[in-house]
Amino acid sequence: MVGKTQNKRHWSVGVHQLFKKIGIKQIAYVPDGGLAQLIKRCQDDRSIRSVVLTTEEEGVAQMAGAWLGGERGVLLTQSGGVGNCINMLSMIQECRIPLLSLVSMRGEWGETFPWQVPMGQSTIPALEAANVIVHHVGEAEKVLETVNAAAKLAFDANRAVSVIISQRISDSEAKG
Amino acid sequence: MALKKKTSWSNAVFKTLKENNVKQIAYVPDAGHTSLIEKAIDDNIVKPISLTSEQEGIAVLSGAWLGGDAGALLLQSSGVGNIINMLSMANECRFPLLMLVTMRGEWGEFNPWQVPMGQATQAVLEASGVIVHRAEEPQDIAETVEAAAKLAFEAGRMVAVLIGQRVVGVKDWAK
Amino acid sequence: MTQKLKFSLQRRQVVHQILENRGDAAVVTGIGNAVHDVASANDDPKNMYLAGVMGGACMVAFGIALAQPDRRIIVITGDGELLAGIGSLATIGVEQPENLFIIVIDNQAYGATGNQHTHTGRGVDLVGIAKASNFKNTALITNEKELQAQIPNIYQKPGPYFAVIKVVSKSSPRINAPKDGTYVSRRFRSAVAGEDA
Repeated sequence: MVGKTQNKRHWSVGVHQLFKKIGIKQIAYVPDGGLAQLIKRCQDDRSIRSVVLTTEEEGVAQMAGAWLGGERGVLLTQSGGVGNCINMLSMIQECRIPLLSLVSMRGEWGETFPWQVPMGQSTIPALEAANVIVHHVGEAEKVLETVNAAAKLAFDANRAVSVIISQRISDSEAKG
Repeated sequence: MALKKKTSWSNAVFKTLKENNVKQIAYVPDAGHTSLIEKAIDDNIVKPISLTSEQEGIAVLSGAWLGGDAGALLLQSSGVGNIINMLSMANECRFPLLMLVTMRGEWGEFNPWQVPMGQATQAVLEASGVIVHRAEEPQDIAETVEAAAKLAFEAGRMVAVLIGQRVVGVKDWAK
Repeated sequence: MTQKLKFSLQRRQVVHQILENRGDAAVVTGIGNAVHDVASANDDPKNMYLAGVMGGACMVAFGIALAQPDRRIIVITGDGELLAGIGSLATIGVEQPENLFIIVIDNQAYGATGNQHTHTGRGVDLVGIAKASNFKNTALITNEKELQAQIPNIYQKPGPYFAVIKVVSKSSPRINAPKDGTYVSRRFRSAVAGEDA
């Protein structure tokens, strides 16, 4: 149930409110468990256009278009999807386009499904090789302040930034 | 002169691939690989597979190996950025993979858009568990491909041979 | 088997005709020939030349279209570039942006790497894929008469729109289109979204 995590607000509540405050008008995503609550809040918000992608690199391109058209957007993806984005990120790099993305990790902490591990382990090196600044956050309480900082770096300092939301966070949510 | 250089290393590389029993060659068209692609198409035994995007190549060559065929993927450095997620399957399953990558964005590059991926290629491949060999002189390429093929098909690894932009030369049909 | 169909339309002329009365429309190009065809008509600041990455043109245009709902956004790209991002048609087909117009100049070859054959010359029907992806306004254009009939659909009717224009294989001459992505994107954004975006 949305918002019910040990009587604390789920981090997606604050992050969604932050999105509205900083004028996020588009989100693009491939459906993902770790970001499901945030995606649902954005989908239910009529001021945000939520676009579901067939593959994550479409979202990198769409975010570039959003900025080119004068709007702010956020790309929401799982770690596996990062691997689909590396070539498209070269456009972001070449054009110095601000990019804010949230990446929910798999294959990193307590992973039980072996196929997730390779991409989980290479997500951060791959992003950094593609010139994306990475902020890793391991505790639910710190997600909001990290996204806030990342958004400033992205939209005010014109950089590509990914907030990496540790699997530890979704793992402990699952445990309740 | 540049064309002659290009053709002769392609001849030697194709010979090496055949000697290593490569039966499937997947590619997205690339100027540096034109000669090699043509040989694959003309060969009676090799199956050439034209891809819409490079990650299809990782998938099809994984399938090739599962079905008993050795294969090779021909791509440009920019295409490396499209295969990273698919490589995690090959990594997870310990599929042998042989990739020949023509480099852009590193030597005499005229198109700025090629530089980011050119500079990132080795790092992203290595981050994905791929062993990288570089060949910077035409006379080294076939020998390097031979070594890479052994590492791939006999030692069961993912290997990429990066063919330096210096070898391919400056393109005269500009992107 | 490669189809040896003969097409008569010349890509550069086709693009110039399409853009002749573009008005306020913004244009996003795919790589290679498309850049030069569009830039040679006029190096308009409202042109975004994606001179380097395959597969992203439609989605970049879509992001712009969402941000600029009152402006027509036209994609001019090649068949190879479109195929590299073919899933975009499904994504866009779901979203139905009325101001997005996708035009594929199909020479059935990868022009920028030596004119190797693409999938469209070997049986793949892009218009069919678009229709199956929920595009209601589509066209296959193979001659001048059909082109003239379709131009009003780009500028006077709502989208999303998808057209394939079959042209002769020859590449057009390269011109000096700006290739500095940082410059081109800032120029575009100022022109399209205003100076204080």
